[in-house]
Amino acid sequence: MAPILQVKNLSHIYSIGTPFEHRALDEVSFSVEPGEFIGVIGHTGSGKSTLMQHLNGLLKPTSGQIYLDGKDIWSDKKLTRQARFRVGLVFQYPEYQLFEESVYKDIAFGPKNMGLSADEIDRRVREAADFVGVTEEQLEASPFDLSGGQKRRVAIAGVIAMEPEVLILDEPTAGLDPAGREDILRNIDRYRKEKNATIMMVSHSMNDVARLTQRLMVMSNAKLVMDGTPQEVFNHALELLEMGLDIPELTRIFLELKKLGLDVAPVYTMDQAVEALVKLRGGNSHA
Amino acid sequence: MLKDITLGQFFPGKSIIHRLDPRTKLVLLVVYIVALFMAVSWISYGVMFVFLTVSITLSRVRLKAFIKGLKPLVFILFFTAILNIFFTTGGTVLVSFWKITITSDGLIRAFFMLIRILMLVTGTFLLTYTTSPIALTDGLESLLSPLKKIRLPVHELSMMMCIALRFIPTLIEETDKIMSAQKARGVDFESGNLMHRVRALIPILVPLFISAFRRADELATAMECRCYHGGDGRTKMKLLRYKFLDIKAYGIGVILLAGVIVLRRFGL
Repeated sequence: MAPILQVKNLSHIYSIGTPFEHRALDEVSFSVEPGEFIGVIGHTGSGKSTLMQHLNGLLKPTSGQIYLDGKDIWSDKKLTRQARFRVGLVFQYPEYQLFEESVYKDIAFGPKNMGLSADEIDRRVREAADFVGVTEEQLEASPFDLSGGQKRRVAIAGVIAMEPEVLILDEPTAGLDPAGREDILRNIDRYRKEKNATIMMVSHSMNDVARLTQRLMVMSNAKLVMDGTPQEVFNHALELLEMGLDIPELTRIFLELKKLGLDVAPVYTMDQAVEALVKLRGGNSHA
Repeated sequence: MLKDITLGQFFPGKSIIHRLDPRTKLVLLVVYIVALFMAVSWISYGVMFVFLTVSITLSRVRLKAFIKGLKPLVFILFFTAILNIFFTTGGTVLVSFWKITITSDGLIRAFFMLIRILMLVTGTFLLTYTTSPIALTDGLESLLSPLKKIRLPVHELSMMMCIALRFIPTLIEETDKIMSAQKARGVDFESGNLMHRVRALIPILVPLFISAFRRADELATAMECRCYHGGDGRTKMKLLRYKFLDIKAYGIGVILLAGVIVLRRFGL
C-alpha cells in the first residue's frame, strides 16, 4: 500500500535568528499507511505538538518535506490548503474553539469552509455527530449549554465532519472522566475502521496507547527516537523510564517481577500478562 | 508571530535603575516627560538626550530591545513628521508646488516633534523594561494612596492594572492557539476582501472572550478562597522603602527639571 503521509528530514526551529532560537524538531522522518492507529508519546516539550502542526500545513518546516499522497504539501498553495482538510487536527482542549450559536452550525463550520454543497454539509454534520454520539436534540442546542465532555465531542465532530483521511488528535481525553475517555477512544477507532482513516493520537496515557494502537512513535528532545509496534517499544521500557516517560502499569509490574528473579517477558496488555503468568505457573508447577 | 510583541515587557536585572524604588522611577518619568515638553532648544534637547542615554546605559538593557519596541510606532512617527512638515508656516520657503509648501520652520518643527515622541516613548520603555509589573503597580498604588481620601478606589484600580498586565501574555498565547485551531478547520485569514476578513475574526473573538470571562471567574474564585477582600487592612510582604540611592535619583530629577526651566527662561 502506498503511504498516505510521508515526512522526510523534517526540522523546525522557532524564533530563528533571535536569542530565543529553539530547535523543536530535528531531522524527523517516517511514513504512515492508511488505516493505521498510531500513538505518539513523549514528555512535554519533546516536539510532539510541533510535529502534529506540520502534518496539516499549519507550520512551515525550516527544512525537510511533508508528502501527502506523494505530493509535497508546500510545493503549491492549493496543496497546502488541501492538506488542512485532508489531515484533520484536533487540538488539546478543543472545546475552547467552539463559537457558533448552535452545535449544528459549529460542526458545519469546517465543511462550509471547504465549500461543499448544503446537502453534503448536512450529511457530514449528521454523520460526524453520530460518530461522536451527539444526539439529534443536542444539534440544535447552544454549544455553551453542554457539559465539558459533550463540548469535547462536538469539537471533535467539527473536525471529523471534514472527513479527513488522517485524523490527528492531541490528547483527546485529557481531563475527562473514565467513561467519557473510553467512549471518545472507541468513537475514534470506529471512525478509523469505517473510513479506513489513519489516526495519530498524542497521549500521556500509556495504558490507552498500549491497548489501542498498532504502532508507537516516541519523541524525545526534538527527535523521533523510537518507532515500532507497542511490543517493540515497550521492550525498551527502561529507556522510556529514563526519558522521563511513563510505561503501562502492567509493564511496570512485570519489570518488577523480573527484578525479583522471575522469568517473564515484557508485556503491555492484559492478555499477554495472563499468558505470561500461566506459562510461569506451568513451568513451576512441578516444584 | 503574536508572541513577539514586547508590550510592557520586563527584563530582570540588578542594575542601578533596576534597584531604584518603583515610586522613584514613576515620579522621575513624570518629571522627565514634563521636562521634555518644556525643552525648546537644541541645548535643552541635548541635555535631555544625555540624561536618557546615561539612564539607558546604566540600566544595561540592550539597545535592541528599545529599537524593537519602537518598530510598531514607525507609522505614527512618520505621520506626525509629515503633518508638521506640510502644515507649518513661517521661515524660509524651501519647496513650493501646487498647494504644498515646505518651509524651514516646518522641517525643524517636524524634527523636534519626532525627537520628542521618540524620547518620550523610549523613556517610558525604560520604566517598564526595568520594573516588574508587580513593583510598578505597588509603586503606583503607593503614590496614589492620598487619593483614597477623596474615595478613589486606589487599591482596586492598581489590582486591576496588575491583573491586566499579568494576563496579556496569557491572552496572546490563547489567541495563537485559537487561531491555529480555526485554521485547522479551514478559516482563511490571508485572502478575500475586507468584509470576508472581518468575518473570519468571529471564530477567533468569540472563543477568546468566552475564555477571558471563564478565566476572570476562576481568578475571582481563587482570590475569594484566599480571603481577598480589597485593600483595607491588607499587609505587604515586600514593603517599599526609599534608600539613599532614591534620594540621589530625586536630586538628579530636580536638577534636570530646574535646568530645563532655566534654559527656557533664557530662551535656549
